[in-house]
This record gives sequence, C-alpha cells and structure tokens, in this order.
Amino acid sequence: MLERDPEGRKQARVAPWLLLAPGMLWLFLFYFFPLWTLLRMSLSSRPSRFADPVFSWEWSNYSDAFSRYGAQFSRSFLYAALATVAALLIAYPLAYVIAFRGGAWKNVLLGLCVVPFFTNYLIRTLAWRTILGDQAPVVETLRSLGVLAPDGRLLRTPLAVVGGLTYNFLPFMILPIYVALEKIDPRLVDAARDLYSNTWRAFRKVVFPLSLPGVFAGSLLVFIPAAGDFVNSYYLGSAKTTMIGNVVQDQFLVQLDYPVAAALSFVFMAIVMAVVITYARLLGTEDLV
Amino acid sequence: MRRGRGHGDGTVTSPAGRVGRVLVNLAAAGGLVYLFLPIFVIVLFSFNKPKGKFNAVWQEFTLENWADPFKNRPLVDALYVSLRVALISMVVATVLGTFVALALVRYRFRGGQITNLLLVLPLTAPEILLGASLLTLFLEPHLVLANRQFTLGFTTIVIAHIMFCVSYVAMTLKARLRGFDWTLEDAAMDLGAGPIRTFLRVTLPLITPGILAAALLSFALSIDDFIITYFVAGPDVKTFPLQIFGQSRTATPPQINVLATMILVGSVAVLAAGTWWGRRRARRLGLR
Repeated sequence: MLERDPEGRKQARVAPWLLLAPGMLWLFLFYFFPLWTLLRMSLSSRPSRFADPVFSWEWSNYSDAFSRYGAQFSRSFLYAALATVAALLIAYPLAYVIAFRGGAWKNVLLGLCVVPFFTNYLIRTLAWRTILGDQAPVVETLRSLGVLAPDGRLLRTPLAVVGGLTYNFLPFMILPIYVALEKIDPRLVDAARDLYSNTWRAFRKVVFPLSLPGVFAGSLLVFIPAAGDFVNSYYLGSAKTTMIGNVVQDQFLVQLDYPVAAALSFVFMAIVMAVVITYARLLGTEDLV
Repeated sequence: MRRGRGHGDGTVTSPAGRVGRVLVNLAAAGGLVYLFLPIFVIVLFSFNKPKGKFNAVWQEFTLENWADPFKNRPLVDALYVSLRVALISMVVATVLGTFVALALVRYRFRGGQITNLLLVLPLTAPEILLGASLLTLFLEPHLVLANRQFTLGFTTIVIAHIMFCVSYVAMTLKARLRGFDWTLEDAAMDLGAGPIRTFLRVTLPLITPGILAAALLSFALSIDDFIITYFVAGPDVKTFPLQIFGQSRTATPPQINVLATMILVGSVAVLAAGTWWGRRRARRLGLR
C-alpha cells in the first residue's frame, strides 16, 4: 500500500500527469498559446486595409494604442474602481447580515443573492435601460423632486454605466465576503466584548480585519471584469462613456484592425496585472490563490 | 458558550448600538431589493404590450406574449444553439476538469503547485482578453488544419467554452474534494477490490454530488457567456445572447422577457431540486 501524506495524498509519478494531460493540454492550446498569437498579432502590420497582417516588430501599434485611446483606458479603470467600491458598500452589509444574523435562513438568503444572475447578462442590462429610461418612473420622480433638472436624465450618463457595472458583478463581491465572514469564530467577538469593546469597535478591530481576504478576492473579481466590460457602456452609456472594451471590440470585429486591437488588449492586460499586484502588496495578502 | 449573544453579534445594550443594528439590517434589505429590481422589471415587462419595436416603456397589461412564447423564431433557434453549446461544453469540460481536480487532490507530485497556478490564470483574465486572443489564434493558418484557418462558428464557440469551463470545474471540484477521506479507497483495496473497481464503486459515488455541482456551474457559465462568444462566433452562428445583442439594435420583442422568465424559473427549480436531492442523499448516507 502506498503511503499517504496528512492530506491523504499519495506520492506518484505517472498517474497524476495522465489525469492532468487532457485538461491542461486544452488550456495550453486554447488559453496560453492564443496569448502568444495575440502578442505576435500586436507586433504585426497590415500592408493594406484588406491584406492579412504580417509579423514585423511593429512597435508603433503600442504607441498608437496609448496615444489614441488614453482617455478610454483611464475611463475604464476609473469606472471599474468606482463600481468596485459601490459593490463593496452594497455587498458587505448584505453578506454580514446573512453570515451573522441569517440563522436557519442562511442558505436561502444566499441563494436569493444568486438567483437574479440566472437571467442573461444582456437581459439584465437591458432591464436597467428600462428602469433608468427617460420616461420611466425613477427619472420622473427624481425630476419632480428637483434632484434632476427637468430635462435631466440618468440613461447615457457615466452614473448609469457605473451602476450597471456594479449590479452585474455584485455576486462576485457578496460570495467571497460571505465565505470570509462565515469562517469567523463568534467567540472572538464575545471575547472582544468581554474586554469592554462596543459592537462597532469589535467590528472594526476583529470582524473587519478577519474578513479582508474576502474583500480582497471580491474586489478583484469585480474590478477585473468591470474594467474589460463593454456591454454596460454600450447599453447604458453614450459616446462619451466608451470604455476600453468597446474600443477593443470595435477594432477587432468592426474595423478589423487586428494589430492595433491586439496591442490594446496587451496594454490592458498589463495594466490590470499591475493593479492586481499593487493591490496585493497594499493589503499584504500575497497568497492570492 | 453564551448562546444569548447570538452569532458574534454581541448583545446590543446602548441605543446607538440598536440604531446601528437596524441600519445594517436596512442596508442589507436594500441590497436585496436592488438585486431583484431588474428581475421584477424583466418579469413585469413580459406582460407588457409595447408600442413600436422596443419593449422599454410600460403601456398596458397583456397575456399575448405568454400565449405564444416561441413566436420569435430567430430567438428560439438561438436558444437551441446555446443549449447545444452548453451541453457539449459541459460534458467535455466536466470530464477534463474532474481529471485535473482528481490529479491535484489525490496525488502529491512535482509540478502540482504550478498546475494550480496555471489553472487559476484563465479565471482571473478579463473575458475580452480571452476572446481577443482566441480570435487571433483562429485567424492564423494552422499546420494541423493543413495550413487553413479555423472556420469561425459552432466549433470555435464550443472550443472557447470548454476552455473557460475546465478551470471552473477543476477549481470547484477541488474545493469540494478537500477533506475527502481517501483512506476509504485503501479500505476497499484491502478488501480485495482492484483500482478500477475501487474508483467506480467507492470513489465515484462519493464525489458525484461535487461533479454534478461543477457540471451545473459549467452549463450556467456557458449559456450566459456573451463576450468571449461574441469574439469567436463568426458571422453566421448566433447563440441566445448574441441574438439578443444583434436584435437589440433594431428591436427588443417582449418574447425576450418571456423566455428569460422561463429560464429563470427553470434554473431556480433545478437549483431547488438539486439542493433537496443533496440533502436527502446526505441524510440517507448518514453523512450529516
């Protein structure tokens, strides 16, 4: 009989690789290898508008990407950051109440948080377009209250885009925070209170620090897809709210300018990675995985 | 244990504490309302009789849309394509992902750590990057295809969906298998079962709920995906989300809402049935 380690794993040489081979081969062929073809494409040039791109160390694609679409880059990351903060503010109390006050209803409440996301992403965003529409009750109420000018609107504003991003990626914030809060031993809070800490202080000094891994994971899971999204800007925004996703999508599928589109994608990936690493340093949680 | 203190909530003595408690509860309730607002609108507007082509402003109540939910042929055809894509990707991704997860939790081997990392990377990549990179791959001529390009369409969509589902399946299953008692396998082998018999009769039945959960997740991800699919679909094949996106420029028929409501109710039913089945099974096996 083979020896097992404390986690019950066997020492083996061949068996794990046989099991890994098909799945990992698929990932190599259709995840890692495409990144290489994307990189090659980003350094290619097009002899003419309808000719196939040729690899030629065309670094100017990158400078073009930056100089032409700097505004879209900064807008994407600003919107994504705002959506992340908004999602955190909405998700935290919800996760907290479910984890600490849910009782027997915990699983049902958690299920309720996920149910809305069984409808398609586009349909949800279209529903927000209806809710925020110019003739919708929300806008009319805000106008009559004087919050919005008589001709003011919500749709086609940055606010609508950020709101859509917040909504669409909210479960990715709720679930990790819930998991982190759920793990906290309630006796720790009791201990803090026995030492004459009030509820708020106990939260600030005990609960919140212990939930940080969840906050960290949730923030990344919201920030990354939000920064690369183009659907919310397309449905809820205007020409003034285009994000980098809209540009990449347009260059790749409408303009068919593959080299510039590929360069844009690479720059985008580089910035996302830089943000992730800085964020990991700031929060001191480097064991991400 | 002082039960009276509830779950880490502390006894609320001061009026300020009581107000704080109510405020947090209100914030949570507000969060739930926010989550369900669009869903309410989607269901409500499936009963709307829109003027013109866009179902965006409330006009009047009607049951017409529900009387003929499959009226919009392109939408129904697209839904059928989506179901086929999701089913094929689910089966392939679940098999591949289960193998990967088993390798990682059952064996200790060199390269296990790096495999874990490689597995997470696709999950952290922005979808637009996955779509864009796959498109460049499909545009290049390939040796294996006798130097021809891939034809963008059903096959390329399935390839892409399997790619992002494998990681999800493997990660979900890995989490579920943590703490699994592998010595049960030793017991079976001690009793004279061969490795294959042990796997089929002991291991597989025990990990089946985890595999089913991972498969369902993969199905849901595949059927919902828009961004990656949009890049690799080509001009001719339309999945459900692609069809909605294409149509939404010129029309949003109320049948979209009807189908969406049906899908929502269907998935909630599957989820509830799955939970019920899981609990009953756990009780029968005396696991909990």
